[in-house]
Amino acid sequence: MELTKRQQDILDGKEGDVKAKVMKTLIMYGETFGSEKMVDITGEYGHLVTSFGLSVMKPVYDLMDTLIDGGAVSSQKFSVDPRPLEDCVPKNLIQNIFFKVMYSKQKDYDAQLKKLGIMADDAYTCTCYMDEVGNTPKEGDILSWAESSAVVYANSVLGARCNRNSGILDLFGSIVGCVPYFGLLTDDGRKADWLIEVRTSKKPEAQLLGSAIGMKVMEKVPYVIGLDKYFKSLDDDAKAYFKDFGAATASNGAVGLFHIENLTPEAVRQGRSLLRENYKTFIIDDSVLEETERNYPIIWKDKNAKPKLAFIGCPHLSYAQLDAWCDKIETSLKANGLKKVSIPTVMTAAPAVMEKFKAGEKGRKLLSYGVVLSHICPLMYMNNPQCASMPVITCSNKLRTYTSARYYKEDDLLTMITGGAK
Amino acid sequence: MSVRTFKGRVVVKGSVSAEALVSKGGFNTLASYQHSLMFGDKTGKCSDQNNADLYKKPMAGKALCMPQTIGSTTGGLVLYTAACMSRQPSCLLFSKEIDSLAAAGAILADVWTGNSMPTVDGLGDEFLEYVQTGDKITVKEDGTVEVER
Repeated sequence: MELTKRQQDILDGKEGDVKAKVMKTLIMYGETFGSEKMVDITGEYGHLVTSFGLSVMKPVYDLMDTLIDGGAVSSQKFSVDPRPLEDCVPKNLIQNIFFKVMYSKQKDYDAQLKKLGIMADDAYTCTCYMDEVGNTPKEGDILSWAESSAVVYANSVLGARCNRNSGILDLFGSIVGCVPYFGLLTDDGRKADWLIEVRTSKKPEAQLLGSAIGMKVMEKVPYVIGLDKYFKSLDDDAKAYFKDFGAATASNGAVGLFHIENLTPEAVRQGRSLLRENYKTFIIDDSVLEETERNYPIIWKDKNAKPKLAFIGCPHLSYAQLDAWCDKIETSLKANGLKKVSIPTVMTAAPAVMEKFKAGEKGRKLLSYGVVLSHICPLMYMNNPQCASMPVITCSNKLRTYTSARYYKEDDLLTMITGGAK
Repeated sequence: MSVRTFKGRVVVKGSVSAEALVSKGGFNTLASYQHSLMFGDKTGKCSDQNNADLYKKPMAGKALCMPQTIGSTTGGLVLYTAACMSRQPSCLLFSKEIDSLAAAGAILADVWTGNSMPTVDGLGDEFLEYVQTGDKITVKEDGTVEVER
């Protein structure tokens, strides 16, 4: 790989042995993918996937100490994925004891993140690109991010350029200020390998559609047609839809970029010229989505158990989504003659989004309906074995993928939490 | 007894012999290692409910054969952590080109820990069609992979 003088100096140890090792790791990583150069990061902020002070992840925290002690801190500020815990989220005594043991390193890790360069005390969310959070890359920005749902969103909806970097390597790029040039950073890497034709009878559930596509295309780039009729433009509703869609493509597959005809920036400009010469085609109709959902394993011990908790917001909800959920819950509760949700329900969003929402009328309404508004990571909550053994429902395919939570489509989940559950 | 030989590209150099553990679909690193890393299972039992090939099977010390890894971008750090805790597969064998998360994990383990995982990619679809869980795998430094049954 050809390096600039600065990059070579770092590799030669002129900025310390630890930075040299960081650079060596990134070079090996790039060379694996045929990268011939490192390019400067141009995005203002980084984003890290590792947000949890999990006691068993000691090797990661030891590595962070090595970086800090070796003066290898981030050259740019960064946001990070959500924290695992918040007092308002329901938990019993035993679950709480488990949480305290499991996440006993949280305060120490928060302190490490401060030393390494976190952008704010509340910059903990998987949706750092929300306006309220302030880590929104511009089109064309080169990023060193991890968090699969954030990377796919930044690439696809915002038009930034970022590979699906792993945790730790996200920080390594931010430390030396450059990343290897390959894959989704290149024009060729952003070409589509698959044409996905959506022929469903109505607007498909975002996470179900993303799941079906992710399982089909794996790490390849899909170009999706047939969705533009459901959206007038890439407005807040469309962005929220593609946030959830992308998260599912990235968790059930390894998609780092998708194009939506007439909506996402590169598809608007380049159209079907984004398709490679020998692209494959996959048609998605109602039956494909039904089969996708049918194949989700249900790993509850008692498959007929009454749900004890519902999670909405993995990835974190946008302000517009919180707003829409409030309206839907209000209408459904009224129709059922209820004043509060019948299953404890937790909605999650970025701290800054949630604070703004809670201060408004609809935030107060949702709280009065008994909904818990939090900024935790539901996945981290479900990692607690005492929670994993509980019947938890969700409309997040991502949460379903990684935990024992059972998936229901949004409307079905709404019915269940507002009194329709049997 | 028969031996078939496949040749791939070396991502992390090394030689090793181990029993094959085969995932015909994408290997979800976080979902697979989540429980074993969190709850002290030293055998690295796979916790990915979506992976019928591997679910509940021990992964530590096995020759993990797969098309590629999928899922969360914690994938690389999960492999790194598994290596630090000596719960890593003995080697990683990919039928396709390695993905960015697995590459990160293999390289982090190689550069930052004493528990390197020899890693070979591009072994071809035929490799994954042929190899079965339980086969004896020998990986050589030049990327040659022998499958013995």
